[in-house]
Formats: sequence, C-alpha cells, structure tokens
Amino acid sequence: MSDVLPRWMTAIVLPILNLLSALLVAGLVIYLLGESPTESLGILINSAVLQSEGLGYTLFYASTFIFTGLSVAIAMQAGLFNIGSEGQMYIGGLGLTWMVLAFDSSLPGWLVIVLAIIAAMTFGAAWAFIPAYLQAKRGSHIVVTTIMFNFIAASLMNYIIVAFLIPQGQQNTASRLFAESAWLPKLTSYFPVLGNSPLNISFILAIIALVIYGLTLHRTAWGFQLRAAGLNKHAAHFAGVSISKTIIIAMLISGALAGVASVNTILGSTHYLNLNFPAGAGFIGIAIALMGRQHPVGILLSSLLFGALIQGGLDLSMEKSNIPPETFIFIQGLIILFCGAMENLYAPALLKLYQSFGKKG
Amino acid sequence: MVVGSPALRLVVFFSPLFHLTSKMPSAVEFRKVSKRFGAVAANVDVSLSIASGSIHGLVGENGAGKSTLMSILYGYYTADSGEILINGKLEKLRSSEDAIRLGIGMVHQHFMLVENMSVLDNVILGAEGGFRLRAHRQQAETKIREICQRYNLDLDPHALIQDLAVGAQQRVEILKQIYRSANILILDEPTAVLTVQETASLFEVLHLFKEQGKTIIVITHKLQEIMAVTDNVTVMRAGRMVDTVATSSTNKEALANMMVGRPIEGVLPRQPWKPGQAVMKVTDVQLKNRQNVTLLENINFEIRAGEIVAIAGVSGNGQSELMEILSGMRVPSSGKMQFLGQELPKTRSNDADGLPAKFRALGIAHVAEDRLRDAVVKDFSVMHNTILGYQQSAPRKFGLLDFTAIKTRCKQLLEEFDVRPRDPDLRIALLSGGNQQKVVLAREIAAKPKLMLVGQPTRGVDIGTIESIHTQLLAMRDSGVAILLVSVELEEVRALADRILVMSGGRITGELSANEFDATRIGLMMGAAHHV
Repeated sequence: MSDVLPRWMTAIVLPILNLLSALLVAGLVIYLLGESPTESLGILINSAVLQSEGLGYTLFYASTFIFTGLSVAIAMQAGLFNIGSEGQMYIGGLGLTWMVLAFDSSLPGWLVIVLAIIAAMTFGAAWAFIPAYLQAKRGSHIVVTTIMFNFIAASLMNYIIVAFLIPQGQQNTASRLFAESAWLPKLTSYFPVLGNSPLNISFILAIIALVIYGLTLHRTAWGFQLRAAGLNKHAAHFAGVSISKTIIIAMLISGALAGVASVNTILGSTHYLNLNFPAGAGFIGIAIALMGRQHPVGILLSSLLFGALIQGGLDLSMEKSNIPPETFIFIQGLIILFCGAMENLYAPALLKLYQSFGKKG
Repeated sequence: MVVGSPALRLVVFFSPLFHLTSKMPSAVEFRKVSKRFGAVAANVDVSLSIASGSIHGLVGENGAGKSTLMSILYGYYTADSGEILINGKLEKLRSSEDAIRLGIGMVHQHFMLVENMSVLDNVILGAEGGFRLRAHRQQAETKIREICQRYNLDLDPHALIQDLAVGAQQRVEILKQIYRSANILILDEPTAVLTVQETASLFEVLHLFKEQGKTIIVITHKLQEIMAVTDNVTVMRAGRMVDTVATSSTNKEALANMMVGRPIEGVLPRQPWKPGQAVMKVTDVQLKNRQNVTLLENINFEIRAGEIVAIAGVSGNGQSELMEILSGMRVPSSGKMQFLGQELPKTRSNDADGLPAKFRALGIAHVAEDRLRDAVVKDFSVMHNTILGYQQSAPRKFGLLDFTAIKTRCKQLLEEFDVRPRDPDLRIALLSGGNQQKVVLAREIAAKPKLMLVGQPTRGVDIGTIESIHTQLLAMRDSGVAILLVSVELEEVRALADRILVMSGGRITGELSANEFDATRIGLMMGAAHHV
C-alpha cells in the first residue's frame, strides 16, 4: 500500500466516476428543461447503441474521433499541447480534395483513394510543421501558434473554397461531388445490418492506427524517446534524444493523423469538400486524448462514447422538443470539464477510501 | 575555528549560567510523535526535547525520519499521533504559517528563493508589511543591512539571487529567518554546498545566534560538524530515536555506529595507482553562455585509464558545466577534447542536440549530478530507467523493444546493486534517493564504459549506501576505467581520488596528488576566485 492510487483505479474507476458526474449534471439540466432524465438516457442509448443503424452512425463518428484523438495524444505524449488538430484536419481535407478532383476521372478508384489519403496526411503534417518548427527552433509556444493556425486555416479554406472549388453556377459553398469510383467502400455493404449509415473502412483504418500508435509509443526505442522527452526534457537530452527533432516529428505525425481524420468525413460520407466540415472534431480530439489518457484503449473507448453522444444526442433533440440539438455540445462540455479539467476531483477521496480498506484488509 | 572569537569565549565563560536556568522549558519538545506514509513508518514514537538556547544536531541515514520530524515541526505534515510543545506550551501546527508565528524558521536544503528577484525582495516576500510596498522596502533595506552587519553576512540587498553563489544564497535564507525574528532555526544539511571557510563562517553565525538565546536545530550527516558545533545530538534510525547525548560525551565513531547500527569501515581497499593511457585529454576549453559570461576558462587536464581524478570545489564554480561538456550535453565555445586520441564528434548544427548519444556510443558513461533532473525520468518505471540513454542498444525482438529481456536484465541489476525494493515495475520516483542512485549507477556501470563521469554520486544518499557506491567506483578504477569525479564532499574526494583538481570561478585553481591531501589547502584553492 502506498500514497498513490493503483493503476487500475486511476485508469478505470476515476474516469467512470468523472463520467457519471458529468451525466448527473446533464440529467439535472434535462430535468430542468422539463423532460425526464431517465427517459432521455433511454432514448440516447437506444438510438446510439441498440439500434443497429444508430450503432453504425456511432462507429462512423467514432472513426473520425479516433484519428483526431490520436493526433492530440501523440503530441501530448511528447509534451506538446496541439490545439491545432482542427485546422490540420481542415487543411488535410483540402489536400485530399485536390487530389481527388485532379485524378478521379483519369486514374483507377483505389489509386485515387490511396493518393488522396497520402495527400490528406501530407497536408495535415505540413500545416503542423510550421508551429512545430517555431516551437523547436524558436521557442514559440505551440498552444498559441496552433490556435492561431486554426484561424488561419479557417480563413484560408473559406477563400479557397469560394474562389476555386465551387463549381460554376452553384451557390453551395462546397466542391463538386467526387466520382463514385473514388468513394470509400462502405462497411454496410459487408454488414447490411448496420442499415444506411455512412460507416466505411475508415473505421478499420482507425483501429489499425490505434494498434500502430500503441506499439510505436510503448514498444519502440523511438517511442521511448518521445515519451521521455514529454516527461522530462533534461533527462531526454541526457539520454541523447534530440529534443527539437522529437518535437518536429511528433507534430508531423500529429498533423498527419489529424489530416487523415478528414478521410472518413469527406471520402467516406459527403464525397465533397464543404465549408467547416471538421465541425469541431479536432477539438473533441483534445477531450478524447485527455479522457483516454493517451492510451490506445482509452482513446478507443472515449471515441466510442463521443460518437454515441453525437448520434444519440441528435436523435434525442429530434424526439424531445424541449431539448435543443445543442444539448450534445453542452454534455460534451461537461465531460471535458469533469474528465479533463477536474480529472483528479475524486482522487483524494478515493485514495482515503482505498487506504482505509487496505488497513482493515 | 570559531573558538577565537571573543564573543564566543564570553559565552563559554558564562555557560554555567545556562545550566542554572535549565529549569526553563525546552524550546521544542516532541512527545511520542508518529507519522506514517501509507505503509512506511517515517516516525515512530519519537520523544525528544531540545534545550532552549542550544545547538542541537539531528543525525541519521537517509530515510531515518529526520526531515519528516522537522517537517512536522515546521507544519508541513501533521503528526498522526503525539504532541509537540513549543517553549513549554502545547501547540497544534497546522501549516508553516503557524510555525512562523511561533518563531520557527527553516532553511531548506534546496533553497526556497525566487531566482530573478533581489535579495531584498526575497527577504520581504510574504512579510511585505502593508499595502504600500515602497516605504516598507526602505525600512526593510535598513533592517537587512543592519542584520547583515551584525551577523557578518556580506550580502548586497539589491543583488539578484541568480547572480549569487550558492553559499551566498544560503546566507539569504538565513537572513530571511533572522528578519522574521525566528527564535528556533532549523537548518537542513546546511553545509552540503559550502567551502571549509564558508562552513566556518556559517558556524560563527550560528554561534552568534545561540548567544542571543536562540535555538538551532541542524540536520546533517557530517559527523565532524556535529562534533564541532552542537551541544547535544540526537541520532535517528529507521524512524525511531536511537539516543540523545551531550556532544561532549560522545565521538564520531560512536555516532556513526549508532546511525548505521553497525561499525563502518574507514578506508576502502584499492590497488596501487598505475595509470594507463590517456583516455580523455582536454585542451584550452572555454565556455561562454548566451550573455557572453565566461563559465569555463582555460581548462586543461587529462584523465588516464585506471585512475580517479576528482574535481573538488564549491558547487557552482564550473564543475557542472565541465561535466556537461564532457558528456556531450553542452558544446564548449572553444578548445579541444580528445577521447582515446580521437577528436570527439560534433553534430551537424554544432549544438548539443542529440550529442550525448554519440559520446555514449564511444564509451563515455555519465552519472549526472542532478539526478532527478537529468539522470532519471521520474514517471518511468525502474525498468524503463535502466535503458534510459541506452534505448537504441536495448534488446529487441522483431524490431520492437523486448521488455521480457529488459526486465530480466533489470532484475539482475537490482539484485547485483542491492536496490530496494526489487520491483522493476515500480515508478522510480517512489524509490528513496539512495536507491534511485543505485539504479543510475547500475545502468552506467553495466554499459561497461571506458570513461565514467560521476557527479556528486552520494548526494542525498545514506552512509551504508555511500560505502557500497565507493566500492563500486574503486572496482571500476581497478579494472582500468578512467573516472572523473565531481564532488563537493572533501571526505569523498579523499576516499576516492588518485589526483585532485580544484575548481573555482570556472578555472582549475590547483592540482594535488592523493597523498598531498590537505583540507585547508584545498579550501583555500576553492576560495581562490570566490568571495567567502
């Protein structure tokens, strides 16, 4: 017995307590809105998990979140708080679209898809490179630069879409529809039970990314160096790790992961680039990385949770007139508050409880 | 050393008076104080009384519970059970504010100073005395100057802390306590960073303190100082008080035996000095920082196989920077460094980014002086820390790190170096300082280096462990490894060195062979370019 909580407590019990607290407050607000919290929770769960088509949507949203969550997590492991996944995803989407628009009529579909994924990663990484370089070589704080780069990305995309991508005679702020050959294969064609959801092979790519992430970080010398640099820069320097190189490479990977998050949305569902398509997925990635403690399993679970919340939340607002669609954002905020900002809220109490059990036992 | 001061003679003359007044209550009395941290019993039923107006020594190995006991007195921790009486009155100390209110002051081993503020501002920090800062600062400055004069502290109130030598920083800490009219002063390992001369002047300050009826508690592991300066001494071991005795009725050997619970060997066996080829040759090395301040100047020396070259000096005189340069953590501004006759490698951008890996690959191992900053990653397990720096050559399977093999090797190292507990998965932060150091040494020795750089190997390490660390280093030397040792402990330098270099103000100010060892002479060399 010691002064610290055992790992299973910090990894499982604490997040569950935090999550329950968030849901409790959310339930209270739903009650104040004049609806029954238990009934609402029932609708939410039913629509997000129990209905097979709803489950498909949940997994579809989760695919994007896994990528943005990984993006934030790998930077976090290197001691960098990348707030810029949103912008990197946005720019990644531009690279992807550019590639598809250029080649979807000339090259075979599978090749276009591969090129598009590479382009999304390259563009996302390139957008992350500038803040990374400034941090590594000039000491500009990555939080500040990546926030600014989100705004720059938003304005830039605004301009590019309006000036170059809207097809002639169209009003909609979006690119033209991609040729069907360049659409990502849907998983629903293999699992018809998932209904008409846009779930596609991005989900499988996301799971593969999780595995590679876990192996790289915990089982390679490079991952060891990255984590050492994140935990103690001095010791990492002592251990022969090049800090500036680590910062830059970690951010390039982070940006590439954010960029590839656009694949699910654009290539898998909408099949065109539209204004503001990331819709906050990059920011949700921050919550996911925090809540999942940058562990691959944690990231998977919290991505599924957020996917379910979006899907269930949308249905809930459609069924209950008193509950606005923004409720999801509200619940999301509560979860970030409890699981991120106040993640150790219950730690002292839990430690006392654990120690008193230890004494008796 | 201080016996010469007339004031002191006066005290000695009148000292029977103190005995007459011994009816007055103790300054501090602990009654059956216990404190546990989880499973660890840091203090068990400690009862101890510290006479008012005395200098009381508190000795014990690392982890014996000295610091915990003092932290309870200073209000950092609350005792689980037991009572504390201050000047005969039962007191509840809930925070250090309570302690300060009761006139208790503490000078920590690691100074609690704001680096980029002046001496004056540091002293009044927390005692600003009202809303209008400027008027108060003027009063404070006068008072500080007066205190400095009275206690011979030699400090400029407007100097910035970051520009002061470590010894001077300590004087600021003491000044802070005097300024707050502390009557009971706790000093935690006060001489760890001082020269012989600085230590003497510190003791003089302490005697002046005592003369005014104030009480001083000194935590130390240097028995010589206990003998020189204290009136009474308490020995602690494994959380319990072993005994409290009058210093005049005991001696160093008896105290050491009480601390460890067994007699310790004085001199460790070693082979005769037969140096081989030059392993590291340093020529005209110079180092300037970004502000163009010279940190190292004109450094010339060589280390040969099978010898221990020790660098003695007060910390902060360039030793750390020299070690950083030799291990690749920093690049010198100019000069040549040859390792086994070859120029040491550089990085493409000629900075130190990634350079330590190249040096390490050549066979230069480094036990970094600031253990928690450089030598370990606190949040990594013991096992992960045993491959830190050697991660590129750690065992692999299918291209991935083979943690089964790494763990087996780690367990062997823990066994061989007697690290406790022998748990490879424990976070290293949960180990005691001595055991952390053993892990670091195990890692560096296991790498079988040709040159071993060792900075402060026994800082914060208990006596029993010091002996085993010294034995390890001597065994390496006997097997033909070149060792460069940086230590502020003259005892350690004496125990290990074949040759001694003394550094002061970024230069090498003297060289002696082991048989010329003379603490006073070294002390003078240490102070050569350093204001005492």
